[in-house]
Amino acid sequence: MNEIRHDVLIIGAGGAGLRAAMAVVEANPELSIGLVSKVYPMRSHTVAAEGGMAAVIKDNDAREHHIYDTISGSDWLADQDAVEMFVDEAPRELIQLEHWGCPWSREDSGHVAVRPFGGMQIERTWYAADKTGFHVLHALFQTSLQFSQITRYDEFFATSLLTADGRCQGCVALELRTGELHVMRANAVIICTGGFGRIFPFTTNGSIKTGDGLALAYRAGVALKDMEFVQYHPTGLPGTGILITEASRGEGGILLNNEGRRYLQDYDLGEPLDVRDPRHPQNRAMELGPRDRLSQAFMHEQAAGRTFDGEYGDYVQLDVRHLGEERIDSRIPFVRELASNYAGIDPVVEPIPVRPVVHYTMGGIDTDVHGAATLPGLYAAGECACVSINGANRLGSNSLTELVVFGARAGRHAAAAVAGQQLSDGSEIDRQVAAERDRIAALRARPAGGERIAVIRDDLNTAMEAGAGIFRDEASLSACCATLRELEERVARTSLDDTSPVYNTELISALEIDGMVDISRALAHAALDRTESRGSHQRTDYAARDDANYLKHSMAYRTDGDPRIEYKDVVITRWPPADRVYGSSAGKNGK
Amino acid sequence: MVSETTIQLEVFRYRPDNGGPTFQSYEVPYHDDWVVLDALNYVKNYIDGSLSFRWSCRMGVCGSCGMQVNGEPALTCAAFVRDHMPGPIRVEPLVNFPVERDLVVDINGFMEKLDHVKPYLVREDDDGDLSAEFMQTPTQLDRYKQFSMCINCMLCYAACPVIGRVDEFIGPAALALAQRYNLDSRDQGKQMRQDVIFQNEGIWECTFVGECSEVCPKHVDPAGAIQQAKLEGAFDYYKRLLTPWARRS
Repeated sequence: MNEIRHDVLIIGAGGAGLRAAMAVVEANPELSIGLVSKVYPMRSHTVAAEGGMAAVIKDNDAREHHIYDTISGSDWLADQDAVEMFVDEAPRELIQLEHWGCPWSREDSGHVAVRPFGGMQIERTWYAADKTGFHVLHALFQTSLQFSQITRYDEFFATSLLTADGRCQGCVALELRTGELHVMRANAVIICTGGFGRIFPFTTNGSIKTGDGLALAYRAGVALKDMEFVQYHPTGLPGTGILITEASRGEGGILLNNEGRRYLQDYDLGEPLDVRDPRHPQNRAMELGPRDRLSQAFMHEQAAGRTFDGEYGDYVQLDVRHLGEERIDSRIPFVRELASNYAGIDPVVEPIPVRPVVHYTMGGIDTDVHGAATLPGLYAAGECACVSINGANRLGSNSLTELVVFGARAGRHAAAAVAGQQLSDGSEIDRQVAAERDRIAALRARPAGGERIAVIRDDLNTAMEAGAGIFRDEASLSACCATLRELEERVARTSLDDTSPVYNTELISALEIDGMVDISRALAHAALDRTESRGSHQRTDYAARDDANYLKHSMAYRTDGDPRIEYKDVVITRWPPADRVYGSSAGKNGK
Repeated sequence: MVSETTIQLEVFRYRPDNGGPTFQSYEVPYHDDWVVLDALNYVKNYIDGSLSFRWSCRMGVCGSCGMQVNGEPALTCAAFVRDHMPGPIRVEPLVNFPVERDLVVDINGFMEKLDHVKPYLVREDDDGDLSAEFMQTPTQLDRYKQFSMCINCMLCYAACPVIGRVDEFIGPAALALAQRYNLDSRDQGKQMRQDVIFQNEGIWECTFVGECSEVCPKHVDPAGAIQQAKLEGAFDYYKRLLTPWARRS
């Protein structure tokens, strides 16, 4: 078996992975970096982020505002030390992206422009029209090409981590083109593989977002933190789940029920202003409320029969017509392109049908503020990680910023940590490699006629939506846990149609579904055990937030049976838990 | 029971370890709002798991799912089945690329070409100061914005008549990307890129027929970029080539 050696190995080459790689180069240009990704870097799902990226840059804004918006958005589950660092380092990281060529939208003065986003007191979202993630990813990828220290392993799928002497020292990876397994060794491994929205049926996430990195860490004994918190974005296109960016509301778009009413006014999100009022849209109010509250409001409208009935389920209308063609084309051109291509709707003349859609997973690999996991040598950054700055509900436009702030932090810390480290030789690694080779050989050798991967995936999706959707209770979650136990057994009985070693994408799907069921179990059990409602985790049987018992991160550990759930205190620095207030009654900093 | 409408796919199949290429037919359900990628996923999920192809975002921005659909290069996530009724729909790998397996092509040559044009900002005065952004007005942004929209889907390479003959030709997407940085007011690396571009075989064979711009799903207009580059760059490049003493060190 081939052995590849680097100082630092990065798994995942989206925004976080690329930023981490360049941070290692900046910290120590002598180090060699292996960048492993199951897709070519520019295919990574960072590419699909639309609306923008938050950082304090304007004179009317202040770090305290960004911190408060993030913490209140998180329903006080974010670690406040992490949020403070995040907010402080964000402007520098976004300027770095600017210096690396990101084509930010500009003011006439030549300074970068900002727009409002949901849950913000002050507009602070930098944007590149409504293809921000696309431009950020391509700027990072193209910039990375000049660094000879970075060796890319495109279309390599990491199947397991290697540990020896209590440290993570690499991974085993399958090369798609040849089907070969490679032993990849390094003194630090940074996981940047993105989230796991694909465990749900209706999601904005691309097919690659299967949570592979979470499964790698979970199986190496690392806790998955706050897995029960899943963000539903309020405005996805029915059927496809394609995202219609929050920037459409930041620019002034409104949400209407089937009575033509701006129904958010009925959900403690403030009073609507006329769309022609120069004060519209109001920050932290109505359509610019936080995502969890907007998605929950939809569910109540649906239950009350005030949504539209559509082929792909109920929907409400997102109306941007009053912005006019010129503004739509300059600020949110992608919205027009997507709505036209995929819903047959021209938003210039018709409202866009939208419904809540799984968008972002707050939970992930437990790390500290440096991106370091509890397993020495292992790091994680981006959506796969949980530092946590997102808590129970991520503030819109913080996720792209998180990629670069914590990608860079993890890269710098890993670069410092590998100095003087030696790779362990010998039997401990050899044994793990042999076991991994056997596992994959056995998977490929399973007799034909077993379970179809797609059917298991469909059943997983159905179970997650039914049991752990926007509203949950003990009965739904218990049923979900039971179904997941069955699915775990069924996954072991899948068989492959594809016998080729070359580009065996079915084998990759088999490895993915195996991990997806595993991490879904962590999610369902953490949700069952959290008997309160907070942010995106809404228990109909425990409707109130319970700070006395649950101002805590859940920590799911893998066992041979059900996941073991433990708890860790949230770090509170200067912002004690308070009510989340949005709408006209919301003052600055909650006062 | 009402019989379900179906449509036939004729899919290119190739396994390097198992004989030459062939076409395989699959009958899939017809849905008015399905794209060709949906039909391929139906095949892979429920009929034949051995069919290999790339895809991810299914919203026209990741650039992975380009294939030939009835002979034309297309993003399969944006090519509607209804536009090809009553069928059959022939799905093949992108032309002008070596085929790895089924609908998967080898794009490493393309990745090297991207690298060749030095697609990043070059600043002689960058001292690493991150206290402020480089200024750029909306007008300056507009000069290169269109050329920054390329998703690297490579449909333009499949459509390009020159690539078919001159393998080393850097090609439309990479040239548009070079022009994207050349036109960026923050960049100072134009001369370096021009040297790469004009030494490359093929650019002089580009006839401006514009198949690349026709097929581009993001309206990048690589043909326009190539024309601009030639007009702006050729004179300057040859002047420097013929008068080496005038060359900047």
